[in-house]
Amino acid sequence: MHKVIIPIGPQHPALKEPASFRVALSGENITGMTIRLGYNHRGIEKACEERTYIQDVYLVERICGICSHSHSSTFVQAAEEIAALDVPRRAKYIRTLVGELERIHSHLLWLGVAGHEIGFDTLLMYTWRDREIVMDILAMITGNRVNYGINCIGGVRRDITQEHAKDILRGVKTLEERTNYYIDIATKETTIIKRLSKVGMLSHDDALKLGAIGPTGRASGVDRDTRRDDPYAAYEELDFKVITDNHCDVYGRTVVRLGELLESYKIIRQVLKKIPEGPIAIKAPRKIPAGEAVSRYEAPRGENMHYVKSNGSEKPERVKVRAPTLANLQTVSKMLEDRQLADLPIVIAAIDPCFSCTDRLISVKEHSAKRSKILKWDELREYGIHWYQHRGVNFSEINDKLRKKL
Amino acid sequence: MEDREIKIKQDLLSRFPYLSDKVRVQRFRRIYAEVDYANFAEVFEYAVQKLNFAFLCTITGLDEGEKISFLYHLATLNGIVLSLKTSVPKDKPILKTIIGYFRGAEIYEREIMDLLGAKVEGLPEGKRYPLPDDWPLDQYPLRKDWRPNA
Repeated sequence: MHKVIIPIGPQHPALKEPASFRVALSGENITGMTIRLGYNHRGIEKACEERTYIQDVYLVERICGICSHSHSSTFVQAAEEIAALDVPRRAKYIRTLVGELERIHSHLLWLGVAGHEIGFDTLLMYTWRDREIVMDILAMITGNRVNYGINCIGGVRRDITQEHAKDILRGVKTLEERTNYYIDIATKETTIIKRLSKVGMLSHDDALKLGAIGPTGRASGVDRDTRRDDPYAAYEELDFKVITDNHCDVYGRTVVRLGELLESYKIIRQVLKKIPEGPIAIKAPRKIPAGEAVSRYEAPRGENMHYVKSNGSEKPERVKVRAPTLANLQTVSKMLEDRQLADLPIVIAAIDPCFSCTDRLISVKEHSAKRSKILKWDELREYGIHWYQHRGVNFSEINDKLRKKL
Repeated sequence: MEDREIKIKQDLLSRFPYLSDKVRVQRFRRIYAEVDYANFAEVFEYAVQKLNFAFLCTITGLDEGEKISFLYHLATLNGIVLSLKTSVPKDKPILKTIIGYFRGAEIYEREIMDLLGAKVEGLPEGKRYPLPDDWPLDQYPLRKDWRPNA
């Protein structure tokens, strides 16, 4: 059949972030594919060399809008190793707590996107609604929904209180019930099983050869998890399972992420039970002594790695970042070999490539008003509810019903 | 410091005497080694095939004045990271590809080509990464003397 090459990207309405896929088709079947990346390259590694360590903590946090805590943790761990800082245990527990909350919001977000990509938008609505619970918890303990700014070199910037712990446990309880419900759907609902099974196959051998990491690798039976293999923060003192699966397809990737959600709830309960009293940070020197360190972190999408080299000044000599998506994107062409074009969106989504997230303060400009005004979070929520009610959309009844059900 | 890191160090030293003062265990699970590029291939192959460093985390490039250095961060499944460092002269920064060992290394090699000007031999034809197609071929942003808008 006549071959056609379709460019998808770099800018494309179906892509959440810029990337370019040139897909060679014979009819509906994919016969080959080239991927071109780099459209989001912002020169952050070079920028890190021009800034101080303290500034870099905030800069690397902005590498990704979803796993921001992963990057800042990986970076501060490297700087702390070079400066031989003994980070207080309480700080390590708080980092672990925020890290797991981040994994929950990331996996729930993924589940919604996956639902959307296969035309199951009810799942998107449900999971993103539930995700608000964890976003509220993150906002409560860090002051922000994304880019938490909780880490500093030498510890964390905010402590958690008994009241926080109560609220977190309450939220986790609801989320666990919801997750069990999604597991029930994913493992029993024929439409989901049929749509995701044998789609985006990545054999165990190919996963190893191509260096697949995180849930993408674990769903092909690659039993690797930095939290267990190369423990950081408080993971050495916590009990959790590494979830693997042998389906080697998008279905397997769904099962792994759902299983990991349950493990995250378990980890959070342990953290809140075991968290020791004490200081949350020690003072770090402005200048980091000469040295180098490799730091690893299990981000929601897989192993995140930073290499930091210091020259003894207040600015690093070199900061190298390898985010998980770069390692996983190389598996996509393999997964799509000989598949139909219609599978492309869900297969790409199944490695969970990163895309940016929201802001907390929004400047709203009314058409009638001459001045713009800044809204606080609660006001923004009210504004949103009224905006919809004014247009005849009212969720209050359904909200009450759902609340009673939970 | 744990025994298994020391064992790997001793293993490397007995096999390759020229590494005598070039292997350093910085802490548990972190080993650093420096090797001349002439000997790089055999040490790399030994680490990957005999010492079970079966996973490549990434390749870091460093501009060190007269030379450019590359750190190949290799990991075992039980969490040990060996950062194998090698250097090539800046005016002739030629490396051989390692995609024979790690197919996924291609993107990391293209990255050091674009950002530090390494010449990696043996790569298949493909798109550059991460700089734009019209980026000048002699501009390497991660070199220390490179400045934006220079």
